[in-house]
Amino acid sequence: MLTALLVMGGIALVLGVILGWASVRFRAEGDPIVDQIDAILPQTQCGQCGYPGCRPYAEAIAKGEADINRCPPGGDEGVRRLAELLGREYKPLEQEEAAAKPKSVAVIDETRCIGCTLCIQACPVDAIVGAAKQMHTVIDTQCTGCELCVAPCPVDCITMEPIPESLETWKWPKPTWSSERKTTETV
Amino acid sequence: MAHYLLLVIGAALVNNVVLVRILGLCPFMGVSKKVDTSVGMGLATLFVLTLASGCSYLIETYLLEPFELQYLRTLSFIVVIAAIVQFTEAVIQKTSPLLHQVLGIYLPLITTNCAVLGVPLLAVAGQYDFIESLLFGAASAAGFTLVMVLFAGIRERLEGADVPTPFRGTAIALITAGIMSLAFMGFAGLDR
Amino acid sequence: MAQADVVIGKKNDGDGMRWFSWLTSSAANTLVDPVSGRKLYPIDGGIAFPDYHKQETADIPIRNVAMPSHYIVPLRVNPRFTARPIVDIGARVRKGEKIGEPEGKFGVAVHAPTSGVIRDLGHYPMTHVSGLPALAYFIEPDGKDEAIEPTPYRGACDDTDRIRDFLQQMGLAGLGGAAFPSHAKVASSPVKTLIINGAECEPWITCDDRLMREHAAEIVAGACDLAAAVHALEVLIGIEDNKPQAIAAMQAAAANHGAVTVVAIPTIYPAGGEKQLIERLTGIEVPYGHLSAEFGVLVFNVGTARAVHRALTYGEPLLERVVTLTGAADDPGNRWVRIGHPIAELILEMAPKPEVDRYLLGGPMTGFAIPDLDAPILKGSNCIIAASPALFPPPPPEQPCIRCGACAPVCPARLEPMALYWFARAQQFGKAQEFHLFDCIECGCCAYVCPAHIPLVDYYRYAKSEIWEREREKSKAQQSKARFEFRNYRLEREKAEKAARAAAKAAETKRRLEAQAQESHAEASANGTNDRDGAASPSAPNANDAAARKKALVEAALARARAKRAAEATEPSGENRE
Repeated sequence: MLTALLVMGGIALVLGVILGWASVRFRAEGDPIVDQIDAILPQTQCGQCGYPGCRPYAEAIAKGEADINRCPPGGDEGVRRLAELLGREYKPLEQEEAAAKPKSVAVIDETRCIGCTLCIQACPVDAIVGAAKQMHTVIDTQCTGCELCVAPCPVDCITMEPIPESLETWKWPKPTWSSERKTTETV
Repeated sequence: MAHYLLLVIGAALVNNVVLVRILGLCPFMGVSKKVDTSVGMGLATLFVLTLASGCSYLIETYLLEPFELQYLRTLSFIVVIAAIVQFTEAVIQKTSPLLHQVLGIYLPLITTNCAVLGVPLLAVAGQYDFIESLLFGAASAAGFTLVMVLFAGIRERLEGADVPTPFRGTAIALITAGIMSLAFMGFAGLDR
Repeated sequence: MAQADVVIGKKNDGDGMRWFSWLTSSAANTLVDPVSGRKLYPIDGGIAFPDYHKQETADIPIRNVAMPSHYIVPLRVNPRFTARPIVDIGARVRKGEKIGEPEGKFGVAVHAPTSGVIRDLGHYPMTHVSGLPALAYFIEPDGKDEAIEPTPYRGACDDTDRIRDFLQQMGLAGLGGAAFPSHAKVASSPVKTLIINGAECEPWITCDDRLMREHAAEIVAGACDLAAAVHALEVLIGIEDNKPQAIAAMQAAAANHGAVTVVAIPTIYPAGGEKQLIERLTGIEVPYGHLSAEFGVLVFNVGTARAVHRALTYGEPLLERVVTLTGAADDPGNRWVRIGHPIAELILEMAPKPEVDRYLLGGPMTGFAIPDLDAPILKGSNCIIAASPALFPPPPPEQPCIRCGACAPVCPARLEPMALYWFARAQQFGKAQEFHLFDCIECGCCAYVCPAHIPLVDYYRYAKSEIWEREREKSKAQQSKARFEFRNYRLEREKAEKAARAAAKAAETKRRLEAQAQESHAEASANGTNDRDGAASPSAPNANDAAARKKALVEAALARARAKRAAEATEPSGENRE
């Protein structure tokens, strides 16, 4: 009996020492997974996921606090890529209707703008150019379509216009026969 | 020399751990969705199994047999395997955090992988010496890795295929594993 | 660990097939061209069609066409190759006058095809699968066809940079179909081998064949001009062996040029693809993402070579090209057509039969049905086929892929069409790229042989355009992220500056109060109040003194205010009197 205990205790002691050394020697810092999640997110900084920006949402996903299906600008494709990266189950987007909207940019009606700078302060990517009592305008190539500027405008002069199709953005459509069938999904 | 070669071929192909002995199905099914992660998992298992086989032989020969504590075999083997897996997990987390994140729960589950316990026990049953135990463990893990990578390659192609809805996911994977098992039975004539 | 990430320009690192094909094809490596005696290298895949339909138009000389009612001259068709409009609406232009200034390194100049008036600058439908509009000039000809004074090239024949700029200003672009800016190719010198592409492998098209038969001397002259410009050591003119008259004509023209060799290559589609021709003549494989110039080879179409010669020698910008009009028509043949000629008016030249239901631009393998016939002829438009249901019957319905593998042997780029199809279909674009999707030249051989009639090339195009869109979104997202982070930094900085200013102001006020306390204390001591305090020194303030000082300040301020009000009380009555 005693030998058995001694032998087991001895094994445990030796292994414990080795593991203790390993935990010190191989300590890992930081969490690069957050960077990878952030790289997949569309960077519109719109806040529709409930977090103040894409990075906080990425951190929440990495911690396991947030689900991966809360980003409408990323679309269905974004959820699938997150699912593939993290090995989690794919889920349809929470905000279904928001995802179906076409990509738009904000347009300021210059006849009504009063130069109050409220929209400039609201834009998360500084895509609106202007100053107090000066005309404001949206840089359309930098606008992400997050719609955070529409609400603060006191004269309601900002509208969201869908981006028109052009030769630069046109895509080949998927051949029709196979799109009648559902995309393969793993159960 | 021929004896060792036969031992290696026997352990890796003829009596393949996954497809013939039907051990270690948990990571086989769970991690084999992509070839990259399968390779990572296979190499981790290779490291663990070789080390475990060696340590198990040493414990059996120098601790359990002299003190007639053979009834502690399973317990001590599991403790050793658990420690080795912990060590491997720490190393992987440091060197490849992405692999660590993707393997997720399956890395510590190597501890409960019946192949990782089964192979040292089989080595004891076969009364192999130290070199033979090491070779047996390494060859078994190599066979495990080989089969997992093959399976992952097939599963990647199955991802985009037109699998009928009732068969999608695990069902078609198990059917594929069964067919692969049939194929590996073709090696049965190699060993004597 | 590689992630299935979308990355453009993933290097094709010497695909494993290469050594394998060397093993199998070494025995067949005894290919020799009987015309020139040059060794030819084997190429994989390809299709030998039973009927090339060249005889409908190959023996008819090139004719001119009637002046159309208007020209639509586009300034940009490809996002990279654009020109800036420089002429106003209503201006009168002459033939050959520059109306579009090249933008950027790849921009190509645009010229007026005839003399007339600029009626409009706007968006007109383009000769593109989508039919979407692009910016173009609408020119109304005045019928006089007056040309500007030509300005030939006057520099050294081997001054690469000067020739490059000259060709850019002359609007030279690849006439083989892709319309790649020719000056950009000239810029990448030195090269060892200059290849002139006279293969014309696609069925129905004969424009290059006729050009070689009728203008062989100019093509060879253009080849020599290009060879001098890029410092090439040798010039090879590759022509498929189903064009014996063209080969003979070119040989006669090249007889006096020692460095120029006419090589007849086996007739197999797509021998005229740039990469395939390079491989056939030199054995060099050019992967996606690399230029052939990196391997010391440049390829130009015969039409482009002739246009280069005319530009350098006669100062003629690229205004017209040969277009094959063929198909179900009563008067098919090749025509000289100016760039910008509306297709709707051009097709009348060939008298299409009544059963024609659509028009294809390009050949039957790589062409597409023109969605809007009001679109113009572009620099790369080489052929219009009047397609009728008899000539081009509608494709049978697509059937499931049974992985028969008939597509793989015919791929000239040695790809796995079946794998690419399944990945594109399942939208696994990362894996499609791993299987070298972008090395696909979209020749259509795989779709031609597929027993299930699957439109394979459409799947690859779909996958490519999806990947390009993702690249665009990714770079846009990175920009947004950078702007977001800078904005956060800017707000932090403003906050810090504000706090610093407030702190500085508080310190300033404190200092001022202390200075005033010094003065008042000094005055008080001068007036003898110090004796009462005894040992108190005038320069040592304490809490009581601070409170007293503040009180004194407040009293002084109140006195000033009273005085001001008193002054204002008397003033208004004083002013009223005035």
